[in-house]
Amino acid sequence: MALTLGDLSPSALRRHLARGLDLRAGAFRFLIRSHREEVARGLATLYPDFPLREGGFRDYHIRVDAVSGPRRWYRPQCNFWHDGQAPFKPLPVNHAFPLLEWGMNWCIAGHAQHYLMLHAAVLERHGKAVILPGDPGAGKSTLTAALTLSGWRLLSDEITLIDRDDGLIVPLARPVSLKNQSIDIVRAAFPQAVIGDIALDTHKGTVAHLKPPRESVARMDEKAPAAHIVFPRWRADTAARLTHHSKADAFIHAATHGFNYSLLGRLGFELNAALIDACDCWDFEYSRLEDAVATFEELVS
Amino acid sequence: MNPSCSAFLRALREPGVMAEFDMETWDRVVRQARAAGLLGRLGALASSFSKHLPEAVWRHLEAALTLAEQQRRAVHWELRHLGRALERTEGPVVLLKGAAYAAADLAPAAGRIFTDIDLLVPRARLGATESALMLDGWITSPHDAYDLRYYREWMHELPPMRHLRRQTWLDLHHNILPETARRKTQPALFMAASIALADFPRFSIPEPADQVLHSATHLFHEGEWQHGLRDLVDLDALLRAYGAAPAFWPHLLARAETLNLGRPLYYALRYARRLLHTPIPEAAMANCPERPGHLATALLDRLFLPAFASAHADCRTGLSGPAAFMLFVRSHWLRMPIHLLLPHLLRKAFKADAK
Repeated sequence: MALTLGDLSPSALRRHLARGLDLRAGAFRFLIRSHREEVARGLATLYPDFPLREGGFRDYHIRVDAVSGPRRWYRPQCNFWHDGQAPFKPLPVNHAFPLLEWGMNWCIAGHAQHYLMLHAAVLERHGKAVILPGDPGAGKSTLTAALTLSGWRLLSDEITLIDRDDGLIVPLARPVSLKNQSIDIVRAAFPQAVIGDIALDTHKGTVAHLKPPRESVARMDEKAPAAHIVFPRWRADTAARLTHHSKADAFIHAATHGFNYSLLGRLGFELNAALIDACDCWDFEYSRLEDAVATFEELVS
Repeated sequence: MNPSCSAFLRALREPGVMAEFDMETWDRVVRQARAAGLLGRLGALASSFSKHLPEAVWRHLEAALTLAEQQRRAVHWELRHLGRALERTEGPVVLLKGAAYAAADLAPAAGRIFTDIDLLVPRARLGATESALMLDGWITSPHDAYDLRYYREWMHELPPMRHLRRQTWLDLHHNILPETARRKTQPALFMAASIALADFPRFSIPEPADQVLHSATHLFHEGEWQHGLRDLVDLDALLRAYGAAPAFWPHLLARAETLNLGRPLYYALRYARRLLHTPIPEAAMANCPERPGHLATALLDRLFLPAFASAHADCRTGLSGPAAFMLFVRSHWLRMPIHLLLPHLLRKAFKADAK
């Protein structure tokens, strides 16, 4: 059995973080350094099933730590560094863990041009991957969390990676980011959900992360073919309802909401076209999470 | 140069060695190459034997190559727009550096990334060219009166322009050295020798020797040392491509003499050979116009060698910081006479404080 983060004692985890915790998430290895307690606690709560490695090639060398200088004492701040470069503005220290998550997303979205990257969540059930592009506020993360907690395999919450060689979805299995009311909604509907510390007043509002199920993490090397693209929209007091979404529109949406569609040029077009060809595209309205989960179950059965 | 940087330099000199790197070496080389803006270059150098590289590593090189390819497409697209915008202006429009390499697919283009398009026009045509660009949607970012005067009276280029819709950056030059620089060259001769491009009818590129001279002048006169190694890699690629023809070398030296650019050429040849093992004939080194004396050479080695390595923390030595500062001072010293330079630096210092 390979060592996982959860095998480390609290003090061993902090020792690793001081010199570099070598963590693998899907196709990527991160060497994470941090002296922040928030980071150690967040990783211990949300990443216990992720495998650890030692030495060799790491994709991203990253660090989250307090900013030095006078701000160490007055309203202390933290920042994120990728191999010595700080791409963001500093944040209050108690946002250290979300900052790590955003930093990891930034590393992938900004560098992993080996994949076509869509801004969408993606989950798998019965060998079929369902992609959820969703505009902010559409209830994408809440739905992703609900499906994740109802037996679906979580592939990714923010970034859908499509392999340029075989067109399959490449899992990341990292935690689901929940915002504002969705934190309480998920807690109420799924009391067993493991949710990390709450960070108040970030630029995205209140933020907390949901731990991915052990099985999703264990299967993070298993790619999956996409079968459906569903554009979710939460609306009060409506029955759960799927309606066809035009493929042409789905193509444009995926292209314009992608991280690197135009950067990949012809390859981006071809991968996107093959994806839309292979998928049924839907609009989905819902108000109750259990109805939504039942509708998705039918979709892949 | 710091020994932890040596594998990266070896990869640039003899790309074949990359097939033998272990994963610990790659862990350093990929980061050093990314910091130096040369990850795509390594990808281009390794593309013929990518099957022999570890998959996790090749993914990064291929990603950087993909980015470089997108930039090449973007420059071609931009040049078509610019060609139309400048259709009615008179005189040559010469592409410099990255845009020239991309437009004519020259040796340094493979895997190269860049940030803006550099154009050179005769000083007399500067106003007309600028107006034509403004009509096409290119705007200058706001500067105060002092900055405007700095650019327009003293420098060799206008303040950077940006296209309103496409967000591309463009630098419009009328000389290859600042007006106030100690060293004077003859931009008219440089432009007269340029070669028209068949694919982009409104544009030309410098002739081969002038490509080398301009790249060398840019590298050793500006203070942009984060890109120092990348610029040296450009020079290496140009010299390897053109230097295979024996007649190139005497022509290069004669051209350096004519354009009064012997000193920057000497530095380019010296450091390309030293760091990248560029094959340069002994006679070219010996006959280079304006060779500096031994003492000056020894001193400049102490400054330039650490500065080439300054992009990544792994490669920096204790001397990189002071060397970069001295080179920054040197670049300003070369750029303007002391009676302009001192007030300029004072002003910059107070402005930075006021921010």
